[in-house]
Amino acid sequence: MVKKIPIGPFHPILEEPEFFELHVDGEKVVDIDITIGWSHRGIELLSESKTWDQVPFLVERVCGICSASHPYAYVLAVEDLLQVEVSKRAQYIRAIVAELERLHSHLLWTGLAGHFIGYNTVFMWCWKYREPVLDILEAVTGNRNHYATYRVGGVRRDVPQEEIPNIRKMLDELWKKNDMLTNAILDDPVIHARTKGVGVLGWDKCREYGALGPTARAGGYDVDARRDHQTDAYAELDWDVVLCQNGDVFDKAVVRQLENFEAIKIIRQCVDKLEAMGPGTEEDLVLEIGEIPPGEGLGVYEAPRGEVFHYVRSNGGNMPMRHKIRAPSFNNILTNEYSVLNYAVADAGLITAAVDPCYSCTERVGRVDTRTGERWVMSEGDLIKLSQEKTEMIRRSLRGK
Amino acid sequence: MDLARYFFYYLIFPGFLFTAVVGLLTTWVDRKVTARVHWRVGPPWYQPFADTVKLLGKEIIVPAQAQKTGFLLMPVIGLAAATLASTILWVVNLAPESSFIGDSIVVLYILTIPAVSMIIGASASGNPLGILGSSREMKLLFAYELPLVICLLTTIYKAGSFSFQRILELQQAGGVMLGSFSGVIAFIVTIMCIQAKLTFIPFDIPEAETELAGGTHLEYSGAALAVVRLNMAIMFFVLPIFLITMFWGGISFVGWRILTSILKYVAIVVIIVLIKNTNPRVRIDQAVRFFWGPMLILSIIAMILAVLGY
Repeated sequence: MVKKIPIGPFHPILEEPEFFELHVDGEKVVDIDITIGWSHRGIELLSESKTWDQVPFLVERVCGICSASHPYAYVLAVEDLLQVEVSKRAQYIRAIVAELERLHSHLLWTGLAGHFIGYNTVFMWCWKYREPVLDILEAVTGNRNHYATYRVGGVRRDVPQEEIPNIRKMLDELWKKNDMLTNAILDDPVIHARTKGVGVLGWDKCREYGALGPTARAGGYDVDARRDHQTDAYAELDWDVVLCQNGDVFDKAVVRQLENFEAIKIIRQCVDKLEAMGPGTEEDLVLEIGEIPPGEGLGVYEAPRGEVFHYVRSNGGNMPMRHKIRAPSFNNILTNEYSVLNYAVADAGLITAAVDPCYSCTERVGRVDTRTGERWVMSEGDLIKLSQEKTEMIRRSLRGK
Repeated sequence: MDLARYFFYYLIFPGFLFTAVVGLLTTWVDRKVTARVHWRVGPPWYQPFADTVKLLGKEIIVPAQAQKTGFLLMPVIGLAAATLASTILWVVNLAPESSFIGDSIVVLYILTIPAVSMIIGASASGNPLGILGSSREMKLLFAYELPLVICLLTTIYKAGSFSFQRILELQQAGGVMLGSFSGVIAFIVTIMCIQAKLTFIPFDIPEAETELAGGTHLEYSGAALAVVRLNMAIMFFVLPIFLITMFWGGISFVGWRILTSILKYVAIVVIIVLIKNTNPRVRIDQAVRFFWGPMLILSIIAMILAVLGY
């Protein structure tokens, strides 16, 4: 007998609302329905009502964790439109903040993965190890999250020279802690039993679903936007793309853990270069940008979860005419449709979480009349009207009772 | 007068009141040790009591699909059973002469009732996650009962009797069961079974907060949840005492043995809490394989060793 087990829209395993409906036969998952659209915020539309310089602050809020990757991809898109190249100093600072973000995001995921399989000690320890990363981010950018560092043509703030020894010290300590954590994951027999051979997403399926980031790299599908698109400073730095072959949850964890070491390597190199440069002036940090001419630009950056894609179109005004965002979770969450099949319910939660989903990034709305095939894009006013009508309807039905 | 005495035993000491208070204190030890392992501060000692009092004052919500009587009655039956087991254990520990023939079997039998009551209660809740939790609890019960019973049989075989009195006398005269090879093996296997009986990580499969959002406990709220929690606290108190009685010479309040009794108890509780905090949750099929595979083999080895006199 096939039963339906809901995971969501509100469930302890989900940090944001999302709805997975598992069709189970006993303990085995035979089918899954994925419903997105529980926390749509209309950021693309909002962005079209902000000036070019205000948009980075907005797109930071696309995701609380990828709050460096989204503005990074956006400024890359605008710079692509303008055909300018930012200064070396700005490139290093961008890389430092983005890689610090990767460190804290991966540690956060490892902790959450531990929590999902009931290993709360790992959860607490990972989040404790993550704290120094956030402290450094605060010292460098002024905020623990939502760094407000990226700006069209450069960055907003320099890394203070006196912070550089602190950054190095934190990185050295974190290297040791991450080493310990990685070994703990590689050695624990119970973690092996829970994660090896679970939620396998092989190379061909990664390609089919267009999986991105660690989810794809765990399955041997070699994509990394930082390398593939030669993003800013990354082309000249010495680092490797981590690849695994099996595509199970264990490999997804291993990829993330090993990427932490690569991130530390990148930050160390950037910090060395910044120290060699000495303190900089305002001109070193940001280019003078005047009018944004009509045209279009693409920006791609490898967020901790995979490739973030931003497209902007300008009509010569002071606001983007069109701003399109695609977050990696949109591709990755849908891979669950394949990867949870034929595993136990106990594994389903872990598998859906293993893509490191960021639910609110994936939300979007469009409207299609299925009878006529007519399409609309809803405006802000339409959405407000819909919302008011719904409230009125609920109120009426309550009054009826 | 006998009736009044039994009521006193059952309701005040060493029954419900005493067991509940010490059980809640034990859950505090659990929470505090867990917190320290996690690098957290942890709650103050009265937190479990405050939680219970708060829950008692909250509204009880019964789901519309629930089978009301079964849903609300089962936690109470579980609580009554756990309290009865505790009463019997304490009375025979404090006054071994009040033991009766076959009381160890009675306690073993009574200790399965809380699990059974949770199975029925969760099935009655009408929640799909609760029902899944209850089916898991049932599988888990079948998995751990067999090695548990075989391990306890090693002690019973050595004592040559089913009564606690004989078991305790033997341990006081000829050394504890834990002093022999078979005793050590049986003790380790029993601790694993207790971990499952308490539905603690790695065997918290029926509750599995992050999979089933509480599973068997999911639909309980207010005073009913307080009873469920109290039930678990009492089980957390009773099972280590049962273990000490069967393998480690029992509990005594005479002279310096008060101190060793408390230390034995705390040691077992801390072992259980540490196992809980250094393992992830296993899947139900892995748990069943674990108990019917290595644990069953170990318990049979213990039994053979016991028969051979080791």
